[in-house]
Amino acid sequence: MRQLQQRVETQQQVGESLITQTAVRLLVPFVQLFGLYVIVHGHYSPGGGFQGGVLLGSSFIMLGLAYDQKTVLRLMSERTNILFGNLGALIFTGVGALCAIFGGLFLDYSALDVLIPLGPIEWRSFGIFLVEVGVGLAVMSIMASLFWDLGSAGQMDEGL
Amino acid sequence: MSASNLHMYVMAAPLLSAFFVNLLGRMSKAWVSGLTLGSLAFSSVASLLLLGKVMSSGGFSYTVGNWVPPFGIELIVDHLSALMLVLISVVALFASISALKSVERELPGREHLFFTLYLILIAGLMGLVLTGDAFNLYVLLEITSITTYGLIAMGRGRAPLASFNYIIMGSIGACFYLLGVGYLYLMTGTLNMADIASILPQMDGGAAIATALAFMLVGLWIKMALFPLHGWLPNAYSLAPTGAGLIVAPLMTKVTIYLMLRVMFSIFSPDYLFIANPLVQSGIVWVAALAIVCASSLALAQRNLKRMLTYIIVAEVGYMVGGAWLANSIGMTGAVLHIVNDALMTLCLFLAAAAILYRTGSLDFIHLQGIFRKMPITMAAFTVGAFAMIGVPPTAGFFSKWYLILGGIEAGQWAYVIALLFSSLVNAVLFFRIIEIGYFFKEGEHHDHTPRNEAPLAMQVPLVITAVALIVIGLGSGPLVEHIIKLALPAGF
Repeated sequence: MRQLQQRVETQQQVGESLITQTAVRLLVPFVQLFGLYVIVHGHYSPGGGFQGGVLLGSSFIMLGLAYDQKTVLRLMSERTNILFGNLGALIFTGVGALCAIFGGLFLDYSALDVLIPLGPIEWRSFGIFLVEVGVGLAVMSIMASLFWDLGSAGQMDEGL
Repeated sequence: MSASNLHMYVMAAPLLSAFFVNLLGRMSKAWVSGLTLGSLAFSSVASLLLLGKVMSSGGFSYTVGNWVPPFGIELIVDHLSALMLVLISVVALFASISALKSVERELPGREHLFFTLYLILIAGLMGLVLTGDAFNLYVLLEITSITTYGLIAMGRGRAPLASFNYIIMGSIGACFYLLGVGYLYLMTGTLNMADIASILPQMDGGAAIATALAFMLVGLWIKMALFPLHGWLPNAYSLAPTGAGLIVAPLMTKVTIYLMLRVMFSIFSPDYLFIANPLVQSGIVWVAALAIVCASSLALAQRNLKRMLTYIIVAEVGYMVGGAWLANSIGMTGAVLHIVNDALMTLCLFLAAAAILYRTGSLDFIHLQGIFRKMPITMAAFTVGAFAMIGVPPTAGFFSKWYLILGGIEAGQWAYVIALLFSSLVNAVLFFRIIEIGYFFKEGEHHDHTPRNEAPLAMQVPLVITAVALIVIGLGSGPLVEHIIKLALPAGF
């Protein structure tokens, strides 16, 4: 309990103000949830992987602005971030290549029907969803790392 | 696995392995070389198979995701793009064998980052060669450029500044190209090259379409470093890490010239380019001649092997742009053949430079004294590359230059012919100077005899193979022209 209190105190020391910190702390879960919503509904309503990814990335940027960069990097390290970015791009190209391997053309999702029989039309929709997830992850990671690198001039210290 | 996807596998192999290199190379360095070489070897084999298929049954068009063009994204696989695909994957394979060694020395601990960018760059180049869509061409051009900026900025010293210059110039070039595409889209309402080509002849929007062509050409000229727009190239290519120079120098400018051919003949038509505007055509050949003369003269002023080679690249760009705008089939044949030959010649010379740099640590001319005694095999291969660059038969460089000169004579463009001959003479002076320094000059007084100190085998093998390939392709340029390049020329030639 004391440890927690200490942590809260140090966080408040380095941050800008109690009001922004509290507001950001309340906002971040909702921003992230909304980001996920935009990604998941991207293939049949406005939005998509890029927009959702930007929302997810902006939640980390907000944390970095209200607290400091070290706090954010404790929550999501640079390593994890790069892992997400790679994984996202890999999902996109991997889905495309899988379609080709399973007998269709590149990125022709209906070919994945061989894998799980959902029907080619359903797969067209589901395939876009898979790709959007990849795009979302990659964009989130790039948004966050752009901010971290520019904000701390590549040093990954306190930042702005 | 269906065989119609062959060209997609060629492109997907380096792209997929790029991300695996980043993920797994972080844990163990062994993954980096294995994945890089494995994927590029796979691409090389698959692209050779693809070329065989195109030669036996002709080119085809491919729709990504099975959406019908012009709404979907179309890829074009014809003789020219299949040939370029083979060229890119084979050059990339040989370059990366040597690059693995020099990156290990120059960027220890950062191999996985370097080769991630490197493989994405190769995938981007392959995409550029395949695409049949004017806007996708822009996107892929930016993919290759952005990865190149990153690779160049990894160099030491002033490399980040050179990379920044390149970013500014490259972005201006990309913007010009994009503006051109925008004009075309406004006029025709489509981005598919074949579709634009079918709509354009029925239109009479003279000024707008001419503006579009001008914007696209100038954009590509900045990217390929045609002489007055070449300012970014020498610094960027000579300060880049050796491993990056190995792939960027042979391929980037050559692929951009291929793109210029695509824009000229897949979007516009020879009638529009050459017959409607003869003044523009001969004007561009004059610019190319000027580019050759000026860049060759600038190469004479250099005191460092790598910087000299970068100016020669700028001169070679002039060769190919001029050849493409000569407006006859011999000149076009020469330009396309020179794309292949110049990629291999540049690769050979840069591989030799990388090997020398690996052992001696410097490429300044004064440090090359006695280099023939120290590294005989490397320098023998370098000499073959130099002869090809000069245009000594039977190396590959002679034959493409021969076609270009014949094309120039047929078109009556004497300035271009004289520029080519001048540049060959300058190249002879440049390379014989190095051969003289390396062969006849004794190394400083404190060394009585120089011990033999060859580059590691991983750098020698690709170098020797490339040097042999220069002679083999030179001797085989008859069949190459007859069976592939004649069929690769755009319609109307």
